[in-house]
Amino acid sequence: MNRKETTLCVALLAAGLIAPVAFSAYTSQIAFLWVMVIFALTWDMLGGHAGYNSFGNVLFFGVGAYTCAVIQRDAGLSYFTALFLGLGAAGVMAAVTAVVFGLAILDLRGHYFAIATLGLGIAGGEIAAGWRYVGAGSGLVPPLYPGQLGDRGLFFSYLFLALAAAVFVLFRRLYRTQFGLALHAIRDNEDKAEAMGLHTTRYKVTGWSISAFFLGITGGGVGNLIGFIDPHDVAFAGSTYGVWMLLMAILGGKGTIWGPVLGAFVFHITQELFWTYLLGWQRVAMGVLIVLIVMFFPQGILGWARERWPQRFGATVEDRS
Amino acid sequence: MWSNLQILLQAPAFGVDLAVNGVLVGAVFALVAFGMALVWGVMNVINVAQGELVMLGGYVTWLVSRLGVNPFAGLPVSMAVLFVVGWLMYRIVVFRVVDRDMFISVLATFGLGILLAQLINQVFGSDLRTASPDLGTLLFMNGIVSVGVVKLAAFVLALLVGVLLWLFIKFSRLGQAIRATAQNPRAARILGVETDHVFAFTFALNAALCGAAGSLAVMAYTIHPYIGLPYTVRSFMIVVTAGVGNLPGVVVAGLGLGVAENFAGFLLGAQFQVAFVFLLMVLVLVVRSRLLRHQRKYLE
Repeated sequence: MNRKETTLCVALLAAGLIAPVAFSAYTSQIAFLWVMVIFALTWDMLGGHAGYNSFGNVLFFGVGAYTCAVIQRDAGLSYFTALFLGLGAAGVMAAVTAVVFGLAILDLRGHYFAIATLGLGIAGGEIAAGWRYVGAGSGLVPPLYPGQLGDRGLFFSYLFLALAAAVFVLFRRLYRTQFGLALHAIRDNEDKAEAMGLHTTRYKVTGWSISAFFLGITGGGVGNLIGFIDPHDVAFAGSTYGVWMLLMAILGGKGTIWGPVLGAFVFHITQELFWTYLLGWQRVAMGVLIVLIVMFFPQGILGWARERWPQRFGATVEDRS
Repeated sequence: MWSNLQILLQAPAFGVDLAVNGVLVGAVFALVAFGMALVWGVMNVINVAQGELVMLGGYVTWLVSRLGVNPFAGLPVSMAVLFVVGWLMYRIVVFRVVDRDMFISVLATFGLGILLAQLINQVFGSDLRTASPDLGTLLFMNGIVSVGVVKLAAFVLALLVGVLLWLFIKFSRLGQAIRATAQNPRAARILGVETDHVFAFTFALNAALCGAAGSLAVMAYTIHPYIGLPYTVRSFMIVVTAGVGNLPGVVVAGLGLGVAENFAGFLLGAQFQVAFVFLLMVLVLVVRSRLLRHQRKYLE
């Protein structure tokens, strides 16, 4: 990590620690900012680094939300014990789901995989909405956060800050290992990677389940932060969270480590500041935004900046004149 | 679930009812899948906004019927409007992604799909819409097998539109150009085919087909703004099962999917029908890719 990056990390961490105390009215927005960072980073592991776009990652988020809430409901433990037990179980459950689906559909080539994941989130929502054990259509209500009114947002903004930092550090390291190289090889030329002896499906499934693990934990936390799990609008919210994941990652610059973080910041802040003025047209605007980015801006903000100022990203520019 | 299975075993007539109605709705699925196979085969683009075009066609017919006109008059109107929509979609968005990586076209049409679905939701609300012409119901086998006349009409019209399009592609000069472009775009260009026009026309034609399907869907069934994704997934599944260039296969797979879906809806409960469609597609992809693996090929 070079000095600029270290400074940036320390600054973000400090801001993340101070902000919830300084702006105590906005703690849940700050918590959601870190959630967005996790969304974008986890989507990018397969979408950006391995070139496998998934439209169904919200499935893992929903599985996590439900797993955590069910454990909190049935375990009969104190709030925090049950919460952390539930979060762990949520991660594991989501990762298991990813392995099961991944073994089935990740040996398909990219665009088949993308379309196979189109309905996963919706299918999850329908099943949850028809399943009485998890509250069917009326959803689940996780237990109330003990303590004072403002504490919940504060607690969860620190929890998600820690989780986002963990995801960032872990993914950053992972991309530099052989595992990361294998993902990049799959993106660049899967046939060649296979011919070189890489078990490509194994790498893809591993990557997807790592993403799913963290998404599951996030889902469990978000269920508690919102305080109500609706099968369609919170847990398996394909048309909001599901689309945001990929939008933020490609907006920031997919296949990089800072891109998704940047995309999440830009998107979340824009959304919180301006989108209420669109009076329900936000979701239409989202479709327009995806089309525009894909057509004119596929490299994202970071990719564009790298082309614009290559020297600042460590590339040496030869003077050929 | 088991009680429903018992009903089915004790009174096979219910099964006949489900099968007949499944075949009827399957023709609409096959029509949409035909359009998807056309675009896929000619320009190598998987149109993820396919179902949204169906939904749009349904809303056009619904609007026409609200003017007090017979909904059947909405069929040509839907086709014409959607033809224009498809043309615009190609000229504004799709032509930029057509010769690029398939990922990009999947993402771009996915964005278009969201755009259309949310636009309709914003303008007309999320209520269920229908424009039934009230033609009555035919009853067979002591009234257990009931077939709505309008569903029968939709079945016949879907097949008719499909056959007309097939004749057009087979025998007209433009159809010849479309087939030539599908076989080898570069050679077609050398021989004087304006492939860009062919692409635009193919995409518009596909949209018109979807418009017809949507128009039939709103007359015989119901639609709402988010109906698109299941239709996209269904047609994708049908095309993958049959193969891109296999028209009889598309028809058979479409009718089969209709029947399978009706039985699943009856056995599992109607609330799980869409989930069944999505999971069935995962299954179809897995089976198809395993079968191809034995021939040392993969889905291309």
